[in-house]
Amino acid sequence: MRFRSYSVLPGFGPTLGFTLLYLGLMVLLPISALVLYSVTHLSAAEFWQVVSEPRVVASFKLSFFASLIAALINSLFGLILAWILVRYEFPGRRLIDALIDLPFAMPTAVSGIALCAIFANNGWIGKLLAPWGIELAYNPIGIVIALTFIGLPFVVRTLQPVLKESERELEEAAASLGANRLQTFVRVIWPGLVPALLTGFALAFARAIGEYGSVIFIAGNLPMVSEIAPLMIMSHLEEYDYAGASAIAVVMLAFSFILLLLINKLQAWSWQRIGGVRA
Amino acid sequence: MSQKITVTPIQQVTREPSWVRWLLIGLGVGWFVLLLLLPLATIFVQAFKQGLTVFFAAISEPDALKALGLTALVTLLSVPLNLIFGVSAAWAIARFRFPGRQLLITLIDLPFSVSPVVAGLMFVLLFGSRGWFGPWLSEHDIKIIFSTPGIILATTFITLPFVVRELLPQMEARGSEEEEAAMVLGASGLQMFWRVTLPSIRWSLMYGLLLSTARAVGEFGAVSVVSGHIRGQTNTLPLHIEILYNEYQTSAAFAVATLLALFGILTLLGETLLARLRGPSGD
Repeated sequence: MRFRSYSVLPGFGPTLGFTLLYLGLMVLLPISALVLYSVTHLSAAEFWQVVSEPRVVASFKLSFFASLIAALINSLFGLILAWILVRYEFPGRRLIDALIDLPFAMPTAVSGIALCAIFANNGWIGKLLAPWGIELAYNPIGIVIALTFIGLPFVVRTLQPVLKESERELEEAAASLGANRLQTFVRVIWPGLVPALLTGFALAFARAIGEYGSVIFIAGNLPMVSEIAPLMIMSHLEEYDYAGASAIAVVMLAFSFILLLLINKLQAWSWQRIGGVRA
Repeated sequence: MSQKITVTPIQQVTREPSWVRWLLIGLGVGWFVLLLLLPLATIFVQAFKQGLTVFFAAISEPDALKALGLTALVTLLSVPLNLIFGVSAAWAIARFRFPGRQLLITLIDLPFSVSPVVAGLMFVLLFGSRGWFGPWLSEHDIKIIFSTPGIILATTFITLPFVVRELLPQMEARGSEEEEAAMVLGASGLQMFWRVTLPSIRWSLMYGLLLSTARAVGEFGAVSVVSGHIRGQTNTLPLHIEILYNEYQTSAAFAVATLLALFGILTLLGETLLARLRGPSGD
């Protein structure tokens, strides 16, 4: 039995060898260092003490729910944006299509201070709502705003190709069989969009859970109120409590690993639906 | 007797009523302006708020220039590393079938889903003074954490998947027939790579390079953990912006931010251009 199936193409040994070496050094070694550090420096009871501390639990909850709300908002507006970008013609369409990736292209610290400048009480938007007693920055609402900003491209960019590939003939068939437009959307278009929408949601959610740069400026970072989980790692590090930081990081790592596996499954499902191929 | 048959054009039945269309366009464009366009505009407005003198002083200050230099150095080292890795990994994974292939792809994706702060912490626990190799490193007087090598390592980790992720689907979709033909006709491995593989993946390669460069230039969380914030020494541009902002030098912070924002806009222009060059089929 051969390790790989036969091919006339050269270079399998060297490229795979280099890939494994590089991944081993750059990814596996650092991850093992983290997990081993918390295992060897903390007993199970100490580990639990760190991650069940009220301030840390509050930060986990906040990160989870703020990311969830942001991903839900993104699913709605991402769907609308993907839909109008693919299906409609209107002035500025190309510009919007190009600028959707702005949150990816812009350094997170720059986005952070820019969002702060807009949504704080003296900012362009914050100013409008401040008289009503609504504050958008330096509280959990600010965190949701930043996470919504950072996650928007994920939903739009996963939905766009699916909408482009979807067969318009099916919609025509539905219409010719007497369905109205709403029925066609709910019964014909929507089922095809669900896997991609879920994938985009999960990608935006995963990114939001770990996001740091765009959030810390607008969050205000008040203990028990607006501290996100990555910030708790930072504050343990600043006190030179490496073991404590590693415990929180292990919890976050485990969570992102589960999300990654889920996203892989969702992506495979989503491509299957539209009959495409995936690497 | 002739009966009049009315035929509704197909475009009409597969389209939303026009009020729905305009409502959706309004919502989408409104959301875009609120969430993306206003923050972008505010960077430039804030930067010039205190006039051109403050703006130019902020971007020509020695600390800012040093931060710019460090950012450039880190990017110029981490991006080529991931380019070599990306091409080699994409070749092994897209052109050969072997056990554990899917696991390898998952492993490559991992840096995307790890929080940047966690990523930075990993390298502190490896090379920091209390980390696994800390004692050995300090014995040999090698500094990785709170120094440039740490920043390069963290940035390389964060940007690792970009090039592979662009190359893989395209190489899979294109198939290996042309490369096999080249080999069967007697080309050497290198000839095949330069004349057949590279021309077919060049736009995806450029796209991956563009994405990793943008991320490398702007990385904040991971770099923030490993840098130690030593002014004029281990501050990259994003960290320099953070310091200025926290010192209430808002205009100066936004002035430096415009440099990065312009770079971001250039990246988006490049993306749009490359997407057009690649064409709908992806090559």
